Amino acid sequence: MEKLILRRVDRRNEEMILNFGPQHPSTHGVINFIVETDGEVLRKAIPDVGYLHRSIEKIGEMVGYPGFMPYTDRVDYLAAMFANEGYAIAVERLLKLQVPKRAQYLRAIACELNRIASHLVSIGSMAMDIGAVTPFPYALREREYINDLIEALCGARLTYNYLRIGGVAYDLPQGWRDRCLTFLDHFDSLLQEWDRLISFNEIYERRLGGVAVISREQAIDYGLVGPNLRASGVDWDLRRDAPYGAYADFKFDVPVGKGWAGVVGDCYDRYYVRVLEMFASAKIVRQALEKLPEGEIQVKVPKKPKPEAGETMGRVESARGELAYYVVSDGTDRAHRVRARTGSFLAMGIIEDISPGLMVADLVALIASLDVVAPEIDR
Amino acid sequence: MPVNYAPLPKRTPRWLVGLTWAIAVGLPVSLLVVLLVLLPITKPAMIDGFILHQLGHDPAVWPWRDLLAAAALVLIGAVVFGWGAVFGGVSTWLERKIAGRMQSRIGPNRAGAGGYLVWMADALKMLLKEDLVPAEADDLLFRAAPYFGLVGFLLTFVTLPFGEGIIVADLGVGAFFVTAITALVVVGILVAGWSSNSKWALFGGFRSAAQVISYEIPAGISLMVPVLMAGTLSMQGIIRAQGGAPWNWFVFRNPAAFVAFFIFFTSQLAEANRTPFDLPEAESELVAGYHSEYSGFRFGLFFLVEYGSLWVMSALAITLFFGGWQIPGFHADQWVAVRGTSPFPPPAWWGMQAASMAVFAAKTYTLVLVVLWIRWTLPRIRIDQMMNLCWKYLVPAAFACFLFTLLWQLLVSAVPRVELASGIALSLVALVLVALFLKQTRDNIYSVAGDRIDLSNW
Repeated sequence: MEKLILRRVDRRNEEMILNFGPQHPSTHGVINFIVETDGEVLRKAIPDVGYLHRSIEKIGEMVGYPGFMPYTDRVDYLAAMFANEGYAIAVERLLKLQVPKRAQYLRAIACELNRIASHLVSIGSMAMDIGAVTPFPYALREREYINDLIEALCGARLTYNYLRIGGVAYDLPQGWRDRCLTFLDHFDSLLQEWDRLISFNEIYERRLGGVAVISREQAIDYGLVGPNLRASGVDWDLRRDAPYGAYADFKFDVPVGKGWAGVVGDCYDRYYVRVLEMFASAKIVRQALEKLPEGEIQVKVPKKPKPEAGETMGRVESARGELAYYVVSDGTDRAHRVRARTGSFLAMGIIEDISPGLMVADLVALIASLDVVAPEIDR
Repeated sequence: MPVNYAPLPKRTPRWLVGLTWAIAVGLPVSLLVVLLVLLPITKPAMIDGFILHQLGHDPAVWPWRDLLAAAALVLIGAVVFGWGAVFGGVSTWLERKIAGRMQSRIGPNRAGAGGYLVWMADALKMLLKEDLVPAEADDLLFRAAPYFGLVGFLLTFVTLPFGEGIIVADLGVGAFFVTAITALVVVGILVAGWSSNSKWALFGGFRSAAQVISYEIPAGISLMVPVLMAGTLSMQGIIRAQGGAPWNWFVFRNPAAFVAFFIFFTSQLAEANRTPFDLPEAESELVAGYHSEYSGFRFGLFFLVEYGSLWVMSALAITLFFGGWQIPGFHADQWVAVRGTSPFPPPAWWGMQAASMAVFAAKTYTLVLVVLWIRWTLPRIRIDQMMNLCWKYLVPAAFACFLFTLLWQLLVSAVPRVELASGIALSLVALVLVALFLKQTRDNIYSVAGDRIDLSNW
């Protein structure tokens, strides 16, 4: 049986059709691209998603409201805190719960640390896709510190399951605050190192500058979110423009693409926006640690919560952009429908229309710069 | 910063350290010593002398003379192949170790002290693996392709010097021969890319053809600069035209040669498929490029050629620009004086030969380290940028260097002192550049809170 997607490939001309993936070193997981190439130049790259579908949304209808929380970790394993948070916010709205202030701060701290960790993987692997292998272990080294911090906080290094409906699972352990501050001091001096290590590398700038430009209008039309949207010059960040949790209490910059190495919205802008965002996140963590209020970390929630019938949406600014959970309740202890709207899936949509005229090496840069993560595409 | 590292491995047992040192030092040194002894005594004059004096026959009529000479050549071939293989293997360990240190990792540390024996384990693994040929591949070409590369790599050793008298054959067209013979490697890569019947391999083959053939041109033209300065194509002749001290090296004696060295070195990086020109096997784009479908011994051959080429390109650059085996403060007539007139050279001559080999090996290894350093520092360039760099910048610049050298040689023949002045001035410039580089490195390391220079934990 022929795959449906292959019907979109024009077979009349003599172009070579390449299966770029699902086992390919730089597709960032099991993603397939059907690529029509004329020598090194792409005619078209058609993303073929669905290799990592695990029916997570369906599972959300089968298990109870609190039971779905560990599954949300698997929606985006690199930024599991946000996947937790989006779902928690959606269900809290259904249950009309008020989350304690301290829990909101702890969520912000954990999420921003997770954002740094996620962006570190993103920019490190992006450098590796461009051919510079050395920055990747340096990125992972810093991520290791964050993993240690988060492990001390919730006992897990990848799939955290830290948030609960109505709060968080654990309070800060002893001495964690100081450890975190030591890390932040170390981390702040890294922007310069990172710039020297790879960002301002002449070859790197030329490989990414002006490549795969996504204009402001295109970015909005295709519904791009998060760093991909901001790199195209759209100044939109949920944390600032539609604050949730504790974010209204913090002051932070939202980096927007400026065409640092060429045109606004090119691969380099998407890369550098992420670099700057990490340091903005570090500022948020610092502020949250300073202002951290005392008090409860969890409100009382029944073991099998039964929200009134209705529907709600929980949106968070994840590392990969706006992550929204749409939860419909029919009044029982299980959700009628759970749906996750994820940034990577939206980013995949634009690849087909940006790809014509790129080179094979540029396609790798484009995929890396959109920071797609396979489980978040397919769920 | 406290991190939950895995526990450090136990201390290496003392016998293993001893064994590692014995292999690490013994293997290359014994090969070099065999070369040192073998190459001078297998010269035709020496063989004839041996037949005449030791065996008591007239070499002109003795029937076994050619057989003896052929046996000597086979022996030399085996030793040179051994040297290429050992160097290639050790380079893989060195590269992984250096990459580890550069990337804040430890690198191989299990097999042998410092993980040194890992290259032998790798080689053994490759020999033992199944030699797979894809069902749709062109069987004959697929099997033959690695040998093109191997031949192209090994034949360069014919004219690559190791020391003053240590060279397989000092051909009159040495430099030309090397340029011609290294082109065989491309044939291997092209054939491998074509016969694999894999699209990734084909891409690698395309890219390699475009890249290597383009970069042959700036490499060839910039190679003409030292040739013009020496007035000969012979490798030993080029080295003899230089001196031991830095200001006597070609690279500093002529401003154009200083530029030509960088053009030559860049082109050599491209020809050897090293980063930032590793497009034919760009792993993040083409999976593994032209050797995607290879496994076992045949993959090992490609690997050997790739790492062995490190020696070839570095030795070539050292020969052409950095004074080769010349020992500082030692002149050409002193070599003749030390050699004397006896049929068998005196011990002092052998010592001098060993010293010249050591100088050559040390210089070459320094350049090899530079190549490794570049690989783990720079990203890969794109194919259009690679072609632009070659045709728009390197080829015209190489031509300019060539023309400048012609005029420079006229100037030198009129005013000989200008060569020494340029040599001293450019040596000082190079010294200042190195000092600035070291200072910048130090500042970079200390600018990050908590980082320090740490050379321990190898």
